[in-house]
Amino acid sequence: MMTLRLAFAYLASRPLATILHVLMLALGVATLAFLMLFTSQAEERLARDAKPVDLVVGAKGSPLQLILSSVFHVDVPNGNIGLEESKAVSRHPMVASATPVALGDSYRGHRIVGTDESFLGLYDAKVAAGRPFKDEMEVVVGSEVARRHQLAPGSKIVGSHGLAQTGPDHGEDPFEVVGVLAPTGTVIDRLVLTPVESVWHVHEHHGGAKAAAPAAAPSPAPGASPAKTDPAEAPGKKHKHDHDDKPAKAPPAGPAPVAIPPGMPQAMMAPSQGGRLEITALLVKYRTPLAAAMLPRLVNSSTSMQAASPAYESARLLDLVGVGVQTLQWFAAIMMASAALSVFVALTSALQERRYDLALLRTLGARPLRLASLTLAEGVTLLVSGVILGLALGHGAAHALGLWLAQSGSWPLAGLAWAPGETILVAAVFAGGIATCLVPAVQAYLSDPASLLAKR
Amino acid sequence: MTRALDGSEAVPSEPTMLEIRGLRHQYDGRTVLSVPEWDVPRGEASLVLGPSGSGKSTLLNAIAGLAKPTEGTIRVAGEAMTGIAPAARDALRARRIGLVLQTLHLIGVVTVRENLRIAQQLAGLPPDDARIDEVLASLAIGKLAGAKARQLSVGEAQRVAIARAVVNRPPLILADEPTSALDDANCEKALALLLEQAKATGATLVVATHDNRIREHFARRLEL
Repeated sequence: MMTLRLAFAYLASRPLATILHVLMLALGVATLAFLMLFTSQAEERLARDAKPVDLVVGAKGSPLQLILSSVFHVDVPNGNIGLEESKAVSRHPMVASATPVALGDSYRGHRIVGTDESFLGLYDAKVAAGRPFKDEMEVVVGSEVARRHQLAPGSKIVGSHGLAQTGPDHGEDPFEVVGVLAPTGTVIDRLVLTPVESVWHVHEHHGGAKAAAPAAAPSPAPGASPAKTDPAEAPGKKHKHDHDDKPAKAPPAGPAPVAIPPGMPQAMMAPSQGGRLEITALLVKYRTPLAAAMLPRLVNSSTSMQAASPAYESARLLDLVGVGVQTLQWFAAIMMASAALSVFVALTSALQERRYDLALLRTLGARPLRLASLTLAEGVTLLVSGVILGLALGHGAAHALGLWLAQSGSWPLAGLAWAPGETILVAAVFAGGIATCLVPAVQAYLSDPASLLAKR
Repeated sequence: MTRALDGSEAVPSEPTMLEIRGLRHQYDGRTVLSVPEWDVPRGEASLVLGPSGSGKSTLLNAIAGLAKPTEGTIRVAGEAMTGIAPAARDALRARRIGLVLQTLHLIGVVTVRENLRIAQQLAGLPPDDARIDEVLASLAIGKLAGAKARQLSVGEAQRVAIARAVVNRPPLILADEPTSALDDANCEKALALLLEQAKATGATLVVATHDNRIREHFARRLEL
């Protein structure tokens, strides 16, 4: 008790230096803890969102962009693909299931995804309230969308053109919420799902093509004109959605009623038969592992579409992000090493300053081990304070960022979670710190009080 | 270990508090201290007198177990201070000896009371604030109990150093040059306090000094 009391007294006697040492250590720990939380949760999230899909077939362009837009729903699509061409892929014997995805609109920052009921099956999503969508302009919303916007079966929502919250709205084509999904912890929680026909209908109604993602695709599919957001459309302005950028495949569609031939998958149906029907991508699950080797090559070489593997692209994405993360991790590690060095310098100089105190304690009967413990206790107090403050700062920053991300509808980041690497981080900081403190502690242990007092 | 009614350790009642035989200490092959024989009876005040470098501090350090003499034996209150393990020397010093150092060194970052508590704890005694108050009051520094030691004047620090040396009621008090840095008036006061406290606790006092001003106060002297 006396040892701790004295250690605290010595630290309190030089508050500025103590605070600076603790802060230096804390900043290093905070940076590393934050990076660990961020990367571990991002990796877990990417893996969870990508796992249900073996292959994505979409417009040619960047495969990473295709995955980001069609699986993780965070980027704009490359462009569209023809429905007929995609059906050829879905009928391939190596394909167990093929889920269409038609993008183009959003609801308050949440993607409206034109798809079919198999999309729910991909993520094991269950309807918590209401029922699955069946008809055009019916939507099922993810749990996060429902929570944030207080949506329930019976609510009406209006989509905005494009993927930004400020896009022009489709006020004349409201969707009806018919179901709310139970939370899954995957990307589906943040999506609004509707039949593909709804997407076609909304854009057809505006005099455009029966094509998905007309306003969100900066890079066109081969043979297709680029689709882009009309800069002339001011936020809030009534949507003027004429799709002049796709004249070759966008004959005006009339308000003809939908006629669904028996036996055809509903999502692949067109509301009218006026032009080439398009979707954004096809989410494929393999029937056999052999498909992983054959199907992507087949799609890439023999069609105008491209195939991309979510597992491969997310690994590539993590590699890309990892360079930056690694740089920051090195920076934080150097910061912590500097902090450890400064603690070492502080303890050594403090030992020099109070060598007479230690000699005095020896004359009063203190054993050398107690003097070493006193020096060690000072260092450990700095370490513990720095680590606790660092963890609090790192987790606090992650929590604050998580709250902000949640508000913007992006990936949630849990600040109160414990990343697997953090245990190793704390252990390493303590091991390194204590090793650093041992040198002055041993010096204290070996000090000779008689000669020291004689010198004075 | 037996304890007295006031909680302090009962001291064996040998008539001789300090017994030195054939003591010699060499440093770099040179003999810096030689005391063939010296006994200090219980309860008496003795003076070790000699010029600087004569080995006074070395003798006190050897008696306190802080330095290991080259040869010879030292017994304190009947217990051997030489020929025992360092840990045993530390324990014997903490229990039996109160030290007043020339530099009056106190631990500056804690209070006067805590300085005395540390002395109690290192001697293996339970914290005894009543005893601390009693000692501080007897030295007229009771109001300084809560003051940080580094804020004290030299005179106050001198009294606190004496208080710390006597707070555990050690049977032997060793004082190394307690007056050499003081003017005549303060020299007399400091010495009076030491003698008074030693008498009050029944302790044996050994003062090492080169200060001739105080030799008349001691009937028993060892000149080096």
